[in-house]
Amino acid sequence: MNAAAEAKDKVTEAHDAGGPLIEVRRLSVTFDNNEVLKDVSVSIDRGQTVAIIGESGCGKTVFMKTLVGLVKPDKGSVVFDGRPLNEMGLKELTQTRRRFGFVFQNAALFDSMSVFDNVAFPLRQSEVVSETDVRDRVLRHLAEVGLPRDVTRKRPAELSGGMRKRVGLARALVLRPEVVVYDEPTTGLDPIMSDVINELILDTRRRYPVTSVVVTHDMHTARKVADRVLMFYPRSRLEANESQILYDGPPSELEHAEDRRVRQFVHGEAGERINEMIEGFGS
Amino acid sequence: MSPCARWKRSRKLSESAASISSLPPAPESGLVRWINQWGSAVIDGITTVGDMAIFTWQMLRWLFTRLPCRGTVLINFYQVGALSLPVVALTGTFIGMVLAVQSYAQFHAIGLDSRLGAVINSTLVKELGPVLAATMLAGRVGSAMAAVLGTMRVTEQIDALTAMGADPIHYLVVPRFLACILLIPSLTIMADFMGIVGGYFYSVIILGIDHAAYLNHSREGVTGFDLFSGIFKSIFFGAIIAVMSCYRGFNCEAGAEGVGKAATTAFVYSFVLILAIDLFLTIVLNSIYYTLYPNGTSFL
Repeated sequence: MNAAAEAKDKVTEAHDAGGPLIEVRRLSVTFDNNEVLKDVSVSIDRGQTVAIIGESGCGKTVFMKTLVGLVKPDKGSVVFDGRPLNEMGLKELTQTRRRFGFVFQNAALFDSMSVFDNVAFPLRQSEVVSETDVRDRVLRHLAEVGLPRDVTRKRPAELSGGMRKRVGLARALVLRPEVVVYDEPTTGLDPIMSDVINELILDTRRRYPVTSVVVTHDMHTARKVADRVLMFYPRSRLEANESQILYDGPPSELEHAEDRRVRQFVHGEAGERINEMIEGFGS
Repeated sequence: MSPCARWKRSRKLSESAASISSLPPAPESGLVRWINQWGSAVIDGITTVGDMAIFTWQMLRWLFTRLPCRGTVLINFYQVGALSLPVVALTGTFIGMVLAVQSYAQFHAIGLDSRLGAVINSTLVKELGPVLAATMLAGRVGSAMAAVLGTMRVTEQIDALTAMGADPIHYLVVPRFLACILLIPSLTIMADFMGIVGGYFYSVIILGIDHAAYLNHSREGVTGFDLFSGIFKSIFFGAIIAVMSCYRGFNCEAGAEGVGKAATTAFVYSFVLILAIDLFLTIVLNSIYYTLYPNGTSFL
């Protein structure tokens, strides 16, 4: 049995253990008169790995930031483990955020700190771990993402893109979160490093019983790591009564999706979009 | 202000714009356009002041509930205090000498050369010392703060702090605020001292004014209240620099241009506000001085 199938089996076991961990109810977000998300409802079960795909500007990153309360919705709510985020006070919201691990697109490592201090930051913020434990856990998590000890003293600016992403992953995992959210984890990386990151996402699922949300437009990543795929579509190009989620199902069925727009995205075909863009430019 | 608050603000404005646009279209004259532009500028201005007030309130709330850890505070103290000291001392020396050069001709013409000490030292202690130290701090530290925090905003480091359960205002703004308000009095004293030394050097050594007369008039011209008022004002200047620079950094627009703009506006707005607050505080402090010492003199 290959690694992906093994991980998915473990997910199924974890899934059976409880109900939905995250419930997004009729979420709407508008920026500058631009409706980014409208009436989006999604339920994510414990242990599931959900890939959110879609072209740039479809609202997938905004959706992901709404999950941890980095963006507040205009309408609707996000319910985490039975508690709506908008009903939480600052203290409860802070504690809830510590149950998430967030891997940012460009890692978002703190420039002023060494790699070690970056990974240790969430531990030190939680104030429940002694400095000896901090050291052990930081080194263990860096080793898990394949980084040698000698990088610990380096500054983020001295690292390659792939190493930065791996440090970002180690930092996201160091508090042993229940949910790991990945924002474009393979964007800007070479194919080999992209696959290293994919393997690390799978490896994380094998080691810890985490629920994962992976925002990506890399179809290889979506197929390899996810057991469920959601495809978002830009609100501005949808009819008023159309759902913004064009596809919700397993990655294996993406090829046979009924909606032509899903198949186009999966195969990377511009189709009529190129004409729309040229006309838009002309007008 | 968090980005969501900013977005919320834009949403509200867009909603009001949408409700206006549902009215029957009116022919847009130059006057209507002019009113639109001014109206939008006034709304923007009021919103920014409101945002800054909320930002300051959040920072003050942290200041009185939980202080940041010592390590974070000390780094900022070093950068704001120790690293600013040489440049403040140097500019203080030059401004003292320039005051001597500029005032000498007028005082010499009416035969009051020895009174130069009183003019130079009281101007320095009451006005130029605090304003100069604040200007140097706004230029050296304020712009850097706005640029660093702006880069952190653009590269999602501020979002990362929030996502990891740390409050960015507590972690990033409070230590910078503390460093600015607690260390600007020392920088002001350094600017005052070096200005006095510079003024003395130019007046006595270069211009040949009598040493004893210069010092006597200096003592008469500068009171303890003058020294206090300068240092007291500097605390407000430090607060303005920290709040304005951190606010501009937190609300930085995307890209390198956004970071540059945040750094520039942090300095410009801080400087304008410093001078405005300086005028206000000088009037208030002078009134207090006259109340306390009805026969006292004032240079305002």
